[in-house]
Amino acid sequence: MTNSNTQGLNLAAQEIASGHEGGVMDQVRAYFSRVKNGEMGALPAVGALLVLTALFSSLSPYFMTKLNFANLFVQAAQLTTLAVALVFVLLLAEIDLSAGVAAGVAMDVFYLSTTFGVPWQIAILAALGVGVILGLTLGFFVAKIGVPSFVISLAFFLGLQGVALILLGDGGLFRVEVPEVRAIMNNNLPIWGGWLLLIIVVGVSAGMGFYDRYRRTASGLVNRPVTLLLIKLAFMTLVGGGVIYVLNLNRSASVKEISGVPIVIPIVLVIIFLGTFLLDRTKFGRHLYAVGGNPEAARRAGIKVVRIRITAFVITSTLAVVAGLFHVSRIGVVEAAAGRTIVLSGVAAAVVGGVSLFGGRGRLIHAALGAMVISIIDNGLGLLGLSAGISFVVTGTVLALAATVDAVSRKRSGGSKHK
Amino acid sequence: MSNPVIELRDVKKSFGPVEVLKGVNLKVNAGQVTALVGDNGAGKSTLIKGLSGVQPYDSGTILFDGQEVDINNPIQAAKLGIEVVYQDLALCENLDIVQNMFLGREELLQKTLDEPSMELQATKALQSLSVRTVKSVRQKVSSLSGGQRQTVAIARSVLRNAKLVILDEPTAALGVAQTEQVLNLVQRLADSGVAVLIISHNLADVFKVCDDISVLYLGRMVTQIETTKTTQNDVVGYITGTKSVED
Repeated sequence: MTNSNTQGLNLAAQEIASGHEGGVMDQVRAYFSRVKNGEMGALPAVGALLVLTALFSSLSPYFMTKLNFANLFVQAAQLTTLAVALVFVLLLAEIDLSAGVAAGVAMDVFYLSTTFGVPWQIAILAALGVGVILGLTLGFFVAKIGVPSFVISLAFFLGLQGVALILLGDGGLFRVEVPEVRAIMNNNLPIWGGWLLLIIVVGVSAGMGFYDRYRRTASGLVNRPVTLLLIKLAFMTLVGGGVIYVLNLNRSASVKEISGVPIVIPIVLVIIFLGTFLLDRTKFGRHLYAVGGNPEAARRAGIKVVRIRITAFVITSTLAVVAGLFHVSRIGVVEAAAGRTIVLSGVAAAVVGGVSLFGGRGRLIHAALGAMVISIIDNGLGLLGLSAGISFVVTGTVLALAATVDAVSRKRSGGSKHK
Repeated sequence: MSNPVIELRDVKKSFGPVEVLKGVNLKVNAGQVTALVGDNGAGKSTLIKGLSGVQPYDSGTILFDGQEVDINNPIQAAKLGIEVVYQDLALCENLDIVQNMFLGREELLQKTLDEPSMELQATKALQSLSVRTVKSVRQKVSSLSGGQRQTVAIARSVLRNAKLVILDEPTAALGVAQTEQVLNLVQRLADSGVAVLIISHNLADVFKVCDDISVLYLGRMVTQIETTKTTQNDVVGYITGTKSVED
């Protein structure tokens, strides 16, 4: 009995794989077959990045300058954070159209607090608190009451614009005089700081990669060829090193030197890292994907669906406030009209990056790449001297295209049939 | 012979004035496959919902391993080791096989998901059922066929050390070859010592794998009879009410 059992085990062990088997070429082949089956991941976004960079470099002499390069990263930081924020609700096949204006209102609260002499740290906490409360309310309506998120967040979108007007009054722009906040988008790390950042990023990636391999080996499981991990790390070092090298050059047109990695970049990297960790390596993340894929299956598995949904809305609006903080840091003012249009760019960024509108599919890094694509379009068209009208048309077209690709690839991969 | 894993004595259930279960007896033994057949409206679903704790019975006795127990909610049922594999499977297509098998009961190591441990156990559960149709445990469920999905759902109950597995129409949506695979799987599940209760409309399948057959007719258990001692014609008679058990 025992004998035949173990024999069966060994036999079957050869037949049930884990996707980690085979050499580098097998893994590459497996990747392409997944792409063919509709799991395209970040591929369209990476392709678009390369094409757009080539296009704008050839069309505008200003695009590939050191100054614009740094500008691009700073401009993208805000959109990246918003897109990353939106991923949490998009994974549930929900949407939060109010994220932009919610951030706007939170920053109004921040500004008003500072005018009353509240220290900026506490004012930031108050703004984040506004995000938490708005997320809780929105999540309550969607998860508990069952109002479609599209409608209720549209209601919030309108209502919060009114709140912003009431808070700030009708007139114009209000300067934010907090040097620490202004520094986020306008100041840079010292030269050595940039290189230290690179060492930390590559070091953490290597550490996690090798730790995972060690854990699999200790459990007696097969690992992917180590070459793949080394290629990935080498690629990170090369691209990251290149970016930091360029950012560390003096990009000033005048006498005063401007160089170094903008402070916002490490902040965005930390947000992406923590968010990805939450989604990929914790119970909450797993349950979020499950609820997005099939809420009924998740419920039957004992997952508290309502709690997961509300938490996702809280994360989205709180992270959106961080994006709002970056916006205020860059332009240095708050205004009642802030955040009205950016939310659709955020959705566009996430979808362009490969986050599915149907829920359950997508990663934060995809949203970040998508945000890069949208930022390059904005930046490039601006440099070409085209009107804002053209920019809207192009961004809209890109969103439509990405949503179409999303729908088609979902069909091809079988699609989820949840109601 | 030891006690049956589950025994129902005179269980009743009404919805308002409608008496759906009118005093039903049922025994399911370890290592055996018992069929539950009956026409639509005979009370099969109600009987199952009582066992899974979704809809407790109004009255009657439930014996589990010879001990009298209460099953008032799904958590109690799960604690006893009763697992139901529903017709619509309840799998997340966007997750892979391991993730689905451990959904809602993920194993943690220092508060993060212990993937190697879960992957290993999922692989072993599939191996213990001699599953050969699944290529990789890290495949997304969306890429699996209906039979493979059924396999994953059944293997999930093995992983939970179920003592009684209830299968709701496991072959209803499957082709010939896949039906064969799933029936083999059911047989191996029973061979491993689990008690299996299978609801099916397909009498050919029932006669192929089941050790005994219980027939519900309008809320009453007409008979629970060993498969070898009856014929398909007789069972059709019991189901439609044109034949009853004399002795």
